Amino acid sequence: MHHVVVDQWSRGSSPVHRTDARAKLVALLVFLIALATAARALPLFAGALFLMLVAGLAWARIPVAGALARAALVLPFTAVFAVICWLAGDPARGVSLVLKSYLSALAVLLVVSTTPLPALLRGFGMTGVPRFLLEVGQFLYRYLFVISEEAQHMTKAAAARGASVRQWIGQGQRFRAAAGALAVLFARSYTRAEDVHQAMLARGFDGHIPMLAVSRFRGSDAVFAIAASLAPLALRLAAERLMP
Amino acid sequence: MRPLIEVRGLRFRYEDGTAALNGVDFRLEPGETVALLGANGSGKTTFVHHLNGLLTGQGSVEICGLPVEKKHLPAIRRKVGLVFQDSDSQLFMPTVLEDVAFGLLNLGMERPTATARAQAALETVGMAAASARAPYHLSAGEKKRVAIAGILAMEPEILVLDEPTTFLDPPGQRSLAELLIHLPQAKILVTHNIPFALTLCNRAVFFAAGQVAAEGSVEEIVARFEWDFALERSKSRL
Repeated sequence: MHHVVVDQWSRGSSPVHRTDARAKLVALLVFLIALATAARALPLFAGALFLMLVAGLAWARIPVAGALARAALVLPFTAVFAVICWLAGDPARGVSLVLKSYLSALAVLLVVSTTPLPALLRGFGMTGVPRFLLEVGQFLYRYLFVISEEAQHMTKAAAARGASVRQWIGQGQRFRAAAGALAVLFARSYTRAEDVHQAMLARGFDGHIPMLAVSRFRGSDAVFAIAASLAPLALRLAAERLMP
Repeated sequence: MRPLIEVRGLRFRYEDGTAALNGVDFRLEPGETVALLGANGSGKTTFVHHLNGLLTGQGSVEICGLPVEKKHLPAIRRKVGLVFQDSDSQLFMPTVLEDVAFGLLNLGMERPTATARAQAALETVGMAAASARAPYHLSAGEKKRVAIAGILAMEPEILVLDEPTTFLDPPGQRSLAELLIHLPQAKILVTHNIPFALTLCNRAVFFAAGQVAAEGSVEEIVARFEWDFALERSKSRL
């Protein structure tokens, strides 16, 4: 099984990795609000934020080119709306949409790729996010690997009998075979969920998943949270003064 | 001496009407390691799920003198540790240490005590160094060891392992056998792996059509039901 790259990145040892998840989440929230509400001097502000995020990636020793490419995964979705804006005679809104969505994705990627999921979930839990949502997220992430591995096995088994995804898409009969494979995957996921539930019951599960670790918020985390939150605000003020 | 497990006339039918158990009688004495043998679908896994209260059929199931009823389930799940066939179903927490501590925290144990006991259980199975790792980063053999640690941490009196050698290569099987042979608990092994059963078990119970068809030493049961596949080399080439 090839695990996702971001998961591997998140297990690094840079100062950004060692910072408490709550500090990073607070800074991310401020970043997203500052970006989402910006209207004036957006190209300059966006450029400054881009450089700030690239510096953050380099500081965290995350491969910059790889991160920039992965953040671009949001562009096909926003590009559609950007084109609609452009056709409607408002190209500035289209550009704004693309810039904001790309930078938001890059900022989220920076946090996710420097915080292992357990720490991230604990951080969310300690900032008041409902436990039920976090538990669903935890299970989804854990079993995504198992289900995707099963999907890979099924694809290999189909390929071993001469099928390919391209053929499946091209012909109606084979498309039905692909739909059947998807149904089998769904049924297996359902069975897996039942097995997991039984394993939980066997160890005394009573409807509440207990958390073992409690992380400490240190002074350096507070400094990081303040500095990383003030940076986008300062950049926005500076950009708006330079381009009023 | 009182048996650890006493089952009398256990019957169970799934919702689709399949009769999985048709009157099973079974005893497990302290210190025993028993192999449950039999064909796929003969009722072995359904039977062991009754020992932990995951399934409830007709008849009587007693664990250390406690009948398997809803009010006794917390105590029974502490006494009977069930290791599932597929470790991926059992390891669902974000890190190995949190997974091993899951059952302990469910028992109401304080976090520092649970952490220490979980760490000790990981040391017992030789996985202490993996405590901060995510379960999906482990090999099949490592996952099995962590799954066993999650059960050992609860200090059960009886270990039930469902197909423990599935997904394990021969060195992994040998390593698991070496681990199990040193654990003091009474054990029930559901297995098709005859060398594994011969190494660990002092008794075998053969299931057929949801009933106990025979009991005896592993050698006797294997010989009686021809429960091995070794063909003579000259015949296998035909």
